[in-house]
Amino acid sequence: MIWELDFIILTLVIFSGIAAITVKDLLSAAILFGAYSFMMCLLWAIMGAVDVAFTEATVGAGVSTVFFVAAVFHTTRDSKD
Amino acid sequence: MRIIGLLIVIAFGSLLRYGVFFFPEWGDPASPPSLHVSPHYIEEAIAETAVPNLVTAVLADYRGYDTMFETTVIFAAGLACFMLLRVLQRQVPECRLYRHIPTGITLRIEKGGKLPTESGSFERIDSNWVPHDLIIKSTSRFITPFLQIFALYVIAHGHHSPGGGFQGGVILGAAVIMYAISYDLRRSIQRIGEQATAVLGSAGVLIYAGTGALCMVLGAAFLDYGALAGLLGVDPVMARSHGMLIVEIGVGIAVSAVMVWIYYNLSSAGRHDEGL
Repeated sequence: MIWELDFIILTLVIFSGIAAITVKDLLSAAILFGAYSFMMCLLWAIMGAVDVAFTEATVGAGVSTVFFVAAVFHTTRDSKD
Repeated sequence: MRIIGLLIVIAFGSLLRYGVFFFPEWGDPASPPSLHVSPHYIEEAIAETAVPNLVTAVLADYRGYDTMFETTVIFAAGLACFMLLRVLQRQVPECRLYRHIPTGITLRIEKGGKLPTESGSFERIDSNWVPHDLIIKSTSRFITPFLQIFALYVIAHGHHSPGGGFQGGVILGAAVIMYAISYDLRRSIQRIGEQATAVLGSAGVLIYAGTGALCMVLGAAFLDYGALAGLLGVDPVMARSHGMLIVEIGVGIAVSAVMVWIYYNLSSAGRHDEGL
């Protein structure tokens, strides 16, 4: 484990996580969740959990981002809340 | 409303934080799992199951119940999307757009108008997002076979390398989803219909549970693949390895079909007509 690499990725995880819940645009939030998943995938790989990293890359960063985008595609920009 | 929500979140968050205090220390060698369960897996897995990848052995054999219900959860998710979103009565859309392929002219046909014949010189296009992307189409057509072969490799090679039914199934489903995105949803549904995804999704779960039930019929515990030794013609250790492969194939079929099914319903809002 290289701590500099760990530190950079963990910072990116936290930043993309916070950005995903604070950003107004839903599409940006979906993409930020994808980035979050990808950083988590790198973290799993660094920790040696390669199977989990693989799952995170395919399910988290891949298909679920597509599902989010497909769902956001059917929403409008104005919210009543 | 926001304050009530915030209070609920804080209450449950602190409850979860409180629960963490009862966990063993992170990486504690004296905790019960590290004393009894993990050493057994690490030392005995290859002798008992003949599977070099420990994760697959634990996932598909020792913890077979968990994986079976994970597959069931994924199938239930697909079913929930279907129940919530699918619009079953057929609605004629307000207008349809067609592209005349030789000239690239777009035709707009209002409700009740005469639709072009299926001569091949017209193609139906989506009404709100219609780039004419030769590069994307050609690239996806080029990538798809490699993606599918890689998915099958991931499923079949899960015993020896990272991967298995879930990852391979998702990649296989993603290949179909990529086809649906780069061309259009209708063409993808023509290839793999809604019925096929639903049937394959439940068939995958059935393969998993059926393997377990077969072990029971042969006189062992549920999902104890060693009982399949007589059927497969190998010794009980190899039978556990082969049993895992059967189960992983079931998971792969279920996951890939359900991913495609969810995508169909999500991207077209249950109408299966115009998608992303």
